[in-house]
Amino acid sequence: MHYGKMLAVSATALILASPALAENVFRWTSQGDALTMDPHSQNEGPTNAMNGQIYEALVTRDAALTLQPELAESWEAGADGWTFKLRQGVKFHDGADFTAEDVVFSFERAKHEASDFKEQAKSVASVEVIDDYTVKLLTDGANPILPNQLTSIYMIDKGWAEANNVVAPQDFKAKEETYAVRNANGTGPFVLESRAPDEMTVLMRNGDWWGEGMFPGNIDKIEYRPITNAATRVAALLSGEVDFVLDPPLQDLKRIEGSDGLHVTTVAQIRSIFFGMDQGIDKLRTSDAEGNPFKDPKVREAMNLAIDKAAIQRVVMEGLSFPTGMITPPGVLGNTPGNDESYGFDAAKAKALLAEAGYPDGFSVQLDCPNNRYNNDEKICQAAVAMLAKIGVRVSLDAIPKAQHFPKIQKRETDFYMLGWGVPTLDSHYVFSYLLESSGSWNATGYKNDRVDEITAAITTEIDIDKRTMMIDEAWSLVKADMPYVPIHHQVLAWGIADGWDVPIAADDAVRPRFVVKQ
Amino acid sequence: MIFFVLKRLAQSVLVMAIVSAVSFSLFNFVGDPVNNMVGQDATREQRIEIRQQLGLDDPILTQYARFLGNALQGDFGLSYRIKRPVDELILERLPATLELVFVSAIIALVVGITLGIYTGIRRSAWTSRIILSVSLVGVSLPTFIIGIALIYVFAVHLRWLPSSGRSGTMEFGWWKTSLLTIDGWRAIILPAITLSLFQLTLILRLVRAEMLEVMQTDFIKFARARGLSERAINFRHALRNTLVPVITIIGLNIGGLIAFSVITETVFQWPGTGLMFIQAVDFVDVPIMAAYLVFVALLFVLINLVVDILYFVVDPRIRLGN
Repeated sequence: MHYGKMLAVSATALILASPALAENVFRWTSQGDALTMDPHSQNEGPTNAMNGQIYEALVTRDAALTLQPELAESWEAGADGWTFKLRQGVKFHDGADFTAEDVVFSFERAKHEASDFKEQAKSVASVEVIDDYTVKLLTDGANPILPNQLTSIYMIDKGWAEANNVVAPQDFKAKEETYAVRNANGTGPFVLESRAPDEMTVLMRNGDWWGEGMFPGNIDKIEYRPITNAATRVAALLSGEVDFVLDPPLQDLKRIEGSDGLHVTTVAQIRSIFFGMDQGIDKLRTSDAEGNPFKDPKVREAMNLAIDKAAIQRVVMEGLSFPTGMITPPGVLGNTPGNDESYGFDAAKAKALLAEAGYPDGFSVQLDCPNNRYNNDEKICQAAVAMLAKIGVRVSLDAIPKAQHFPKIQKRETDFYMLGWGVPTLDSHYVFSYLLESSGSWNATGYKNDRVDEITAAITTEIDIDKRTMMIDEAWSLVKADMPYVPIHHQVLAWGIADGWDVPIAADDAVRPRFVVKQ
Repeated sequence: MIFFVLKRLAQSVLVMAIVSAVSFSLFNFVGDPVNNMVGQDATREQRIEIRQQLGLDDPILTQYARFLGNALQGDFGLSYRIKRPVDELILERLPATLELVFVSAIIALVVGITLGIYTGIRRSAWTSRIILSVSLVGVSLPTFIIGIALIYVFAVHLRWLPSSGRSGTMEFGWWKTSLLTIDGWRAIILPAITLSLFQLTLILRLVRAEMLEVMQTDFIKFARARGLSERAINFRHALRNTLVPVITIIGLNIGGLIAFSVITETVFQWPGTGLMFIQAVDFVDVPIMAAYLVFVALLFVLINLVVDILYFVVDPRIRLGN
């Protein structure tokens, strides 16, 4: 009898036991784990998010996405580059001083052949040391937006990298893992305490951080657990095992909001969703039409008018989207209310335009769509198929995983496709150079407007801000009239948070622990 | 005997070669890894260059020959995703999967045999009927649903057990175990039950059927006639004779448990080989997918080999036929 009772008591104790919280532990989860601790090896969301706590860049962004000093205290533009005054007295986690030579080294490493950040670091031709705490980043010609491009180029210690034989990031042909894959030594507010990939990564507050006392955040310890399965991830929040979920599925938001002790915050994300139409090729690959209907501006206008963006917002997205008329969201320099306004919905006019263009009975085409990349991506495509059918455009849908979808765009094997685009630099140049410039690597529309190409080249070096902004506006207005794309909406992102935590949401979907407050 | 084993070994090698070749040819259809390996910033030239470096544009047969050549030298390459050696990654994840499989096999055995005996002996009791109907759930509901349902009941509503993850681990050399701490056991209960349900149902029904059959045989009638106690008849005579086919089935199913723990591991974020495989598929991490499929094929081939040899030892008819 005693045994039975003891067993019952210890079983209860076992079940109720939970560690005492003597400190502020921020426990959070999202879908993926960081792939590597090497800050220049993988330019990928979860990896940058993790490394951004341990490593720091010269400049960073706050939750409102305005540029803020990080390892540089101030900076100014010149005709041939930018001069950065470095923060003094900063130490790496192993105690080494952060100086100008580390900046030189970090840029060399980020520009290395095996770096995944070489495109972002490309505009820095070389780094000139002026003194221990002043560097000049030389550019090929003037670069008006250089600081925007530096927010995820993290600084690492030259001495540490040399001592551990990680002067270069790991390349694809390597046979062995390098030291930097599982070890980290940054200047940031948190120090890597322990790491079990796909299980748990623990970061401890860095008491010697330069920003100690300058930020509201009061976290002592971060416990990050990736949870791949969306339902399990939400369950961990509902059961109180984590305080924060970065990426709850949209259909679970009401449930989180309705639970005691939990709430949801939302913000317009820096990511626009749109369809591309190949207007460059002479004969569409998947169409029964002679030639290429998308070459005719009237057809492109009809495509834009036929899709009811407001209905997609209401029915497919349950309100969590912002219908738009351009392919870059508010928050990015170049987005204006006028151009952001949707083309509207007018099926009758769309049908008339098609007839005028010589397609009174419409035509057929295949829509390529990812099914695991954007919020409700496949459902949006299904809705578009139904809407286009009403004006006689017979769309066959091919919704496939992103690993198969994106190569189709890359290899120019698609007539009509869905794509979403985020803008890490928050400047339209990023959108122009990839999606609208005729040689853009992601421009699978074949769109070519000489003036847009000219402006894309000009704004890389134009330092006069007003003049530059006017050129950007001009290009967007041309694009608005040319309609190479069918803009659908800007995504909304939602975070699930336990009450008692103040986690400032940001449109770039990054958690900023230095601002996270436990009340 | 030696000739028999050699023949079986040769067949196993052939099976391995075929399985790995077929699985490798499927990688043509999973997509392009390069897109996941470089950011959206990468230029088309850079993408083409990486494809060439990795030899992704070579014919699939060439790629397979290269993979096989390296694999025979014990080199499975570096994961595209995590950039660590694949054999090391699999070895690191294997203890988690093996422990999960071990615990769920124990659950399936103990519960399955007990309930099987009970329902076999008390055929018409209402409790037996309930057990049998409920056990249908085990075979008919997908693992995914069972896992999520258990999480919502025991983690979200009752808050007795953690919803996911593997906590309370201790390290012994390269083997990381979670079976020595209370936290570890709390974490393993739900995934182990989820993984065991199908096997449990199978064993329950098998034991029951065998019990019913054995109970009709002459030697049980004779035991009754000898006036032995019910207890002795049920457990000493009937049960022993039902266990032979059960053990065979379990032996074969352990391999299946390891290979198909994929879903359970994904639902519970159990850091084993199955979860690693799913993530590899998502990323098109060819080195991990290839090595994992070879590993699973090897597992099945080995188990079949052992079973064959055991039969050879146990069953004189096979020897004679030879």
